[in-house]
Amino acid sequence: MNLSTPLLQVADVSKAFPRPDGEGELIVLQGVNLEVGSGEIVGILGRSGSGKSTLLRLIAGLSEPSGGTLSYLGERIHGPAHGIAMVFQSFAIFPWLTVYENVALGLEALRVPGAEIRRRALAAIDLIGLDGFESAYPRELSGGMRQRVGFARALVVHPNILLMDEAFSALDVLTAETLRTDFLDLWTEGKMPIKGVVLVTHNIEEAVLMCDRILVFASNPGRILTEIRVSLPQPRSRLDPSFRALVERIYVEMTARPADAHARAHGGLGIGTVLPRVGSNLLSGLIETVAAPPFNGTADLPKIASDLQMEIDELFPVAEVLQMMRFAEVAGGDIKLTDQGIAFANGSLDERKRIFARQLLAYVPLAAHIRRVLDERGSHAARRTRFFDELEDYMGEEQAEQTLRTIISWGRYAEAFAYDDESATFSLENPS
Amino acid sequence: MRALPSGGLPVVLEEESATPANRVDAFGFLRELATRWDAVALIIVFGLIVFLGEASRGLFEPLSKLQATPLSLDPRHLPFYAARTTLRMFAALFLSLVFTFTYATWAAKSSRAGKLLVPILDILQSVPIFSFLSITYVFFMSLAPGRVLGAEFVAIFVIFTSQAWNMAFSFYQSLRTVPVELIEAAESFHLSPWMKFWQVEVPFALPGLIWNTMMSMSGGWFFVVASEAFQVGHTSVALPGIGTYIQTAIERRNLGAIGWAIGAMFVVILVYDQLIFRPLVAWIDRLRYEQDPSARPPRSWALTVMQRSRVISAMTDAFYAGVRWTSWAMPIGRPAPSSQVQGAERKWNWVWMSVLGAILAFGLWHIVRTLIAGTTLREVLEVCGLALLTMVRVFVLIALASLIWVPIGVWVGLRPRLMAVVQPIAQILAAFPNNLLFPFTVYGIVAWRLNPDVWLSPLMILGTQWYILFNVIAGASAIPGELRYAAENFNLRGWLWWIRVAIPGVFPYYVTGAITASGGSWNASVVAEVENWGSTQVRAHGLGAYIFDATAAGDFHRIILGTVTMSLFVVAINRLFWRRLYYYAERRFRLG
Repeated sequence: MNLSTPLLQVADVSKAFPRPDGEGELIVLQGVNLEVGSGEIVGILGRSGSGKSTLLRLIAGLSEPSGGTLSYLGERIHGPAHGIAMVFQSFAIFPWLTVYENVALGLEALRVPGAEIRRRALAAIDLIGLDGFESAYPRELSGGMRQRVGFARALVVHPNILLMDEAFSALDVLTAETLRTDFLDLWTEGKMPIKGVVLVTHNIEEAVLMCDRILVFASNPGRILTEIRVSLPQPRSRLDPSFRALVERIYVEMTARPADAHARAHGGLGIGTVLPRVGSNLLSGLIETVAAPPFNGTADLPKIASDLQMEIDELFPVAEVLQMMRFAEVAGGDIKLTDQGIAFANGSLDERKRIFARQLLAYVPLAAHIRRVLDERGSHAARRTRFFDELEDYMGEEQAEQTLRTIISWGRYAEAFAYDDESATFSLENPS
Repeated sequence: MRALPSGGLPVVLEEESATPANRVDAFGFLRELATRWDAVALIIVFGLIVFLGEASRGLFEPLSKLQATPLSLDPRHLPFYAARTTLRMFAALFLSLVFTFTYATWAAKSSRAGKLLVPILDILQSVPIFSFLSITYVFFMSLAPGRVLGAEFVAIFVIFTSQAWNMAFSFYQSLRTVPVELIEAAESFHLSPWMKFWQVEVPFALPGLIWNTMMSMSGGWFFVVASEAFQVGHTSVALPGIGTYIQTAIERRNLGAIGWAIGAMFVVILVYDQLIFRPLVAWIDRLRYEQDPSARPPRSWALTVMQRSRVISAMTDAFYAGVRWTSWAMPIGRPAPSSQVQGAERKWNWVWMSVLGAILAFGLWHIVRTLIAGTTLREVLEVCGLALLTMVRVFVLIALASLIWVPIGVWVGLRPRLMAVVQPIAQILAAFPNNLLFPFTVYGIVAWRLNPDVWLSPLMILGTQWYILFNVIAGASAIPGELRYAAENFNLRGWLWWIRVAIPGVFPYYVTGAITASGGSWNASVVAEVENWGSTQVRAHGLGAYIFDATAAGDFHRIILGTVTMSLFVVAINRLFWRRLYYYAERRFRLG
């Protein structure tokens, strides 16, 4: 293999899915360029919905790109390539096969002779630390052990590139940490046959801990925001100042473009904004936490994330909603409460509802729209489908569902309007 | 009969037999050759082989010889008759499996084909099984003209139709719901489609398939007994078996012989339950995708015997090795670009679809032509009226059965220890072909001069009411403990408890059971609405009786008319009523 040929080359790749109702396409990935050389771990970091898993499946050959090319060792990728193996988030090991049979399955599919299968499978099981568990069934194993089986299965076929699709997300914190350090030990000691790793994660600290290069992704559509090189030597410590500085930098990058700026560039912040599933409890909880000591109104995002044990997929939507409703400002990796936010934190339950209602109707166009329609109609009632069809003009079916669910929840909390699930109608039955 | 929700029935727990710790080892050297488990296992296996051999004696005898020899009611012949009946069941089961693996796989793999194949299956399920007999018997008898084997084919085909659709549906649904990550893992590790099918998709679908097979076998006894002695027009055949035994006993008004037959059936059901179903259920526990380590695994002494017997283990290992060899022996091709593969697949689909479409169109044209030629509008209206009668009967029966079995089911389901006792009893009762009990009912109706329209009706639901019971028990045991404790905490009792806790909790399960019971009752109506006792015939008014008469008279036009009407009614009721009720139940009462 020519050392100058990168292991993996992704050139201007895009992926779009046709909308179920046939109107246009949903663009999931746009203009992605990346290269993986020998001896490096490349991380793909982004929130859910930024297309990271889609990209990984394109690399794994499980689907075809809509545009652009993917090459492995200089050759186009058509279907799963020999030399690329994947570890899955939910382990994906077969419950009806023992550990040994699971690991040997890949070799059997490649028609490797029996004696060699046995030798390599046992070696892989030993390497990954499951020696003694060869005849155990997955249901007898804990989550961490099952993921080790996933690793052994991937390593036994001697791949050049290992793909990890959020491999540690389904594990508890302690087990994930153990697995990560074990993996990094094997990697730095060169005990694994792999030459390059592509790691997908939504955990910022995990990315900084493991990767040599991090590609930060944005959502809607999925595209590369920025590339960050991590040159800290292994083993890395989370408490190291350079480590923390990198984490802070990534938070800043990821919160640098507020949702409305992007939306404004793409046709207006109107009722067509997709609202995340964030309930009133989460919103009040975050406001209270930021208002209370030690933050006292201004909090460093990485600090609050680690204090509350929240990942970016949980924290960012809440922060964005607070920003949208002008309860807080998010900038430079910090979240700062506005006057309304502070008033909310200090108010009683009734006062909070009033403040929330005021901000909701002022700054969330969909809520104002629903209220206006209900006010104008004589019967003060409107069917859900009326708003659902309207939303579908701007977004896909699932997102429209989600947006409606969220606005119903907020409207009920604010007592701005009422909703009856049985008849699927909005009404002004209990207005404030 | 519809498929039950997968894994919906809790399994009976069995105690493992105790083994003595110390034994005098007189024949130590023999132990090297075979353990005591081998001995038991070999007895079982060879016993089965001998049984099959005995049972298939006489298959190639001429039909005329069979028709000449009347059936003897001597109870000593019962084991032989039971063996013949069982043989038919298993032959039909084998055919059902072949059908399932081809039809359901095709429908699942190709969404285009699936759009046509699944509704076809739906309609086939709604056709009364007896109509299959009357329509196809000529074809099957002609396969082995003049021999007993031809008549056996007819009986086997009838049993096949009672099992195959259910199993195919279950397999199809399982194939469509294989977890995405397992498929992705299989594809990314280069498993060929053949290997992926046998190593991933079949093991995933197997538990559901086996449960459905068990249900189908249980339901199938009913039709076995009814189809062994049939008369279509001038052709009348009486195959040796328990069904014919019963029918002869009815003709000769011999209640004692009927009693013997019922006893024999119990023995047969017990034997195959212990030797085949319990081991299968215990074995597939390993395959379950939902990994719940806290649940106690089901056990079966027969499975333990098989697993510990080295001879049997050697045979199964050889079998698995053979399966893996097939994957190895298949040629590796370079995976074609997916667009090319899709193009080829689409072409093949068009070919098969057009063939199927042509067959369907021809069949439809034939049916319509027959109908228009041989029937008048007045007859059609009359048949619709009869169908309405039967429909009313089915709904009333379902309502009555619900009133009885829902409270009992809830009561049992909430008490796990009671459930462990009631479940096996109920399972045996459900497997029992209740048409063996019909003669007693008919005798009662004749003796006490009861109105057949009313008193023959319970026969229709006798066999299918168990589905309601099973599903309600499963639903009650699935009500979260916390909900029940909360109800207790708030002193919810009596009527309020039923309305707010019990009934909403079991409602989705109940609807599933009721759908199955309804379909089964329609089917049973053909057999239940006309009964004989000696030379007396007792009949109720309804579509089932109409089809039965048409079959006996060999009147093709009326058979078709009755069948099409029943099919349309069942499909319409399912779509317009049961499915809507199910969706409502799912939406309103689903937990979480």
